[in-house]
Amino acid sequence: MKKLYIQRYTDNQRINHWLVVVLFGLAGFSGLALFHPNLFFLTQFFGGPQWTRIVHPYFGIGVFLLFLLMFIGFWAANTWKRRDTEWLKASPELVLHDDEEKMPPVGKYNAGQKLVFWSMTLCLLVLLVTGLLFWQAWFAESVPIALQRVAVVLHALAAFIMSLTAVVHIYAAIWVKGTLRAMTQGNVSAGWAKRHHLLWYRDKMEGAQRDIQAERL
Amino acid sequence: MSSLQSLDIAARSATTTATPDARHNIPQVAKLIDVSSCIGCKACQVACMEWNDLRDDVGSCHGTYDNPVDLTPQSWTVMKFSEVEVTPGRLEWLIRKDGCMHCEDPGCLKACPAPGAIVKYANGIVDFISENCIGCGYCVKGCPFDVPRISTKDNKAYKCSLCADRVAVNQAPACAKACPTGAIRFGSKEDMLEYGGGRVAELKTRGYEKAAVYDPPGVSGTHVVYVLQHGDKPELYANLPKNPSISPMVALWKGLAKPVALATMIGAALVGFFHHMKMGPLEVPERDEEYVPDDQPNVVGVEDGSRTHVRDA
Repeated sequence: MKKLYIQRYTDNQRINHWLVVVLFGLAGFSGLALFHPNLFFLTQFFGGPQWTRIVHPYFGIGVFLLFLLMFIGFWAANTWKRRDTEWLKASPELVLHDDEEKMPPVGKYNAGQKLVFWSMTLCLLVLLVTGLLFWQAWFAESVPIALQRVAVVLHALAAFIMSLTAVVHIYAAIWVKGTLRAMTQGNVSAGWAKRHHLLWYRDKMEGAQRDIQAERL
Repeated sequence: MSSLQSLDIAARSATTTATPDARHNIPQVAKLIDVSSCIGCKACQVACMEWNDLRDDVGSCHGTYDNPVDLTPQSWTVMKFSEVEVTPGRLEWLIRKDGCMHCEDPGCLKACPAPGAIVKYANGIVDFISENCIGCGYCVKGCPFDVPRISTKDNKAYKCSLCADRVAVNQAPACAKACPTGAIRFGSKEDMLEYGGGRVAELKTRGYEKAAVYDPPGVSGTHVVYVLQHGDKPELYANLPKNPSISPMVALWKGLAKPVALATMIGAALVGFFHHMKMGPLEVPERDEEYVPDDQPNVVGVEDGSRTHVRDA
């Protein structure tokens, strides 16, 4: 007897995701080095202080462009539905008591996952726009200083929110067993899908049944 | 400039621990620029170029005597000429020597992310230590006077150093040395304010009711002070700010936000860790129906054209 698995992500989606992770890490840690003096030591991982200043914006642009690819593939599944609001209202029970029984059934993504998706999207947009405004090597000279001051604060704020989002995202993957393999191997067990994403599970199984029927005809 | 003896450093950029505090009673210095005595000869600009060995590119003129038209990485001081009519029909030619004001509470130093790239010496001089500068331009955002200039050639920030190297060996700054009318003076801040007070009193007898010494409290005072004929309208003098202070944006960004954001981010990771310690993972119970016979494919594909398989119902 073999365990039944349902494919959740294609090879390209997984490669895309992990490239975003790598660049997010590089952009994040090079940014933190310039944000708080106690983290300035991080500059040695980027070739020194001057290099950190040089490469950070390019990492950021990289994250944005790669995320854009992911956005195109994932946004439709992340549109907010009425059931997401209900799921969110019930979510404290899940987080505080590990009790999934009372949670309304969800499709491919639950409300928490959708919030992660939109938080990342919004933060990256803010980071891109504000970052360009005070990018010394290219644009800062032609941007009014008053606007740059607003930009640096918003840039830090968006980076901060995005970091918190990343912490939630990473922890959720650790907390819910059987999740990580979706992004490492591309599939999840039928049990995982049924328990955490019942509507998506049904949809996939029905689709598979239809395909088999069609093959038989 | 390279760093001088660290015992004389009162504040250091991107440094969260205390600076050396062994030496006390170091007199505060100041440069006084008496606008009312300035004749706009630019000897100070030339002296600055010569002492600091700077040669700016030949630029273009915008219809005034300002030359260059603004501060640059190669021009640390620029005479700004303003033609104004404070009282209608009476033209006044106000000539202000623009450059770093050497704030007691320097916005550039607050904003700078590179440890030791900006220092404030115990005597009040604010200096850029180029070897530590990373060229990010944060000092430009931090400065209330729009003084620092980032070179596109070497990606370093430059500004007037108040001739920290000359002052260290008991010489007045080059500009003060060269000024032919005594409009630029250098000494202890106390002495300069006293002298400035005398100039203000003299100007008042000549009908400049609002004459004043410009030593803005918003940045806790400056180590470059002006004597202004129209102390109530500093903006007449090529937009010298009326009440300069570090922008609240910069204060938030490099003040409260730093420790709070860092603590919250670390806190979030800890919350996750302890949630796991208390609640444990969210596991899926094993069920028989999640298995398929060994002779059957066991992955249901997605919409990428791959084959989909499912156990017969």
